[in-house]
Amino acid sequence: MKALDRLMCTCRRRSPWLFHMNSGSCNGCDIELVAAITPRYDAEQLGVQLEGSPRHADILCITGPVTRNAVGAIETVYGQVLNPKAVVAIGSCPATTNVFIDSRTIDGPLDKHIPVDVFVPGCPPRPDAIIQGIVKAATILAERAASPSPPEAPKPEAAPEVQA
Amino acid sequence: MNLLTALARLLIFPGLLFCVPAAWFFLWVERKSVALMQGRIGPPFMQPFYDFVKLLGKDTPDRPGIVGLLMRLWPLLAVASTAGAVALLPVLPAYGGFQGDLILLLALLEVPPICIIAAGFSSRSIFSEIGSAREAALTVSYNVVFLLAILSIAAAQHTFRLDALAHLPPSPLLWLGIIALVICLPAKLHINPFSLPNAEQEIYSGPIIEYSGPELAMWELSHGLEWVAATGLVATLVAPQIGTWWLAAIVFVLLCCGLVVLLAAVAAATARIAIDNTVRFYWQCTLVFAVLVVSSAILMRFRS
Ligand code: SF4
Repeated sequence: MKALDRLMCTCRRRSPWLFHMNSGSCNGCDIELVAAITPRYDAEQLGVQLEGSPRHADILCITGPVTRNAVGAIETVYGQVLNPKAVVAIGSCPATTNVFIDSRTIDGPLDKHIPVDVFVPGCPPRPDAIIQGIVKAATILAERAASPSPPEAPKPEAAPEVQA
Repeated sequence: MNLLTALARLLIFPGLLFCVPAAWFFLWVERKSVALMQGRIGPPFMQPFYDFVKLLGKDTPDRPGIVGLLMRLWPLLAVASTAGAVALLPVLPAYGGFQGDLILLLALLEVPPICIIAAGFSSRSIFSEIGSAREAALTVSYNVVFLLAILSIAAAQHTFRLDALAHLPPSPLLWLGIIALVICLPAKLHINPFSLPNAEQEIYSGPIIEYSGPELAMWELSHGLEWVAATGLVATLVAPQIGTWWLAAIVFVLLCCGLVVLLAAVAAATARIAIDNTVRFYWQCTLVFAVLVVSSAILMRFRS
């Protein structure tokens, strides 16, 4: 049993799949996240893969200062990522709302709404820093899954019906 | 016919024990060769295995009722039928054992696309429905070339037995058929330039968008097994006749790897093309190959 748990831990650490979500960012952080998975930085060496669907992802990468419109979407998507999962907040915006502080259209920072595991500061952070944050989140993910009781996590909701 | 060899073929080589690691290996070869072509290092050797085990350890969303049951069933059906198709391939020279039939092999190869289409429609997300519709259009267009090529090779030899087909002497008709098969492979494996059904950037991985955890792991595995089955089919047709069984096995694996690298190169060098262009491309191919292959099959039949 021990060996199996260790194997699962390694696999979780070595295969972080990301889902990228923009909560009203200025697009600076999004570009840096995309840069992190281009051939120049080659995050695939670490098993990192950008997924199209939150259902496939382990790590939710959120950029932006959380606008009021984005709150509902963030909660839905956080519910759609299945356990075990981790959240990485990319940039200074989700950590502090940055230059948008005191705006009446902002309902940040991010950890008011969902638990955040890793903050990657910077405006925008460098791709190397983003990769380091993702690796850290993957380690947290592996350790969390190994501990017997996972922290409170809302049950995954059914997919919202999309009106054609 | 010996029961022991039959079991060994189904369970060991080229059956289950070979084809699951081979599926992971081919997925790795594909990703690694794309990475090398882009000048990067790429994923580690064990990456597909890590992904698979990690997905097994994830939760799945609760889906009550018949929809949940169906959605759990489709990936399993796809894995089972593709593994069966791989086990049927006449790789080893020894006669006896499980003698496969071409029609059974083709039927088993057709099951995974049907499962993907059904899975997309049962998950009832608009993106998966678009993906399924594209997959259906794609399947209809490339399958005409695919089936024509294989069936005319078989018809020229008056046989549907797989091990007889594997030992065909090289002829222009055989090579024509093999070229037609290779042209169909990118569409069958959903890689560029025909990766429309699972286009990540437009429809968010298409039919399998709602899948997660162990069910997604089964889809990944069935995708890997499709690589093994599709390249293996071409490899058995191309492979020269070899008497020793271990040499035959090595030649088979090497040929498959070569084909995987070739397809990965095509995938890395091209971009996704739109659905109407894809369908038009395959129907034009169909016209050319249909005329060529069928007429030469008829000629060879009259000559023999
Ligand atoms: S942290 Fe800076 S770069 Fe990133 S979204 Fe905020 S303002 Fe833009």
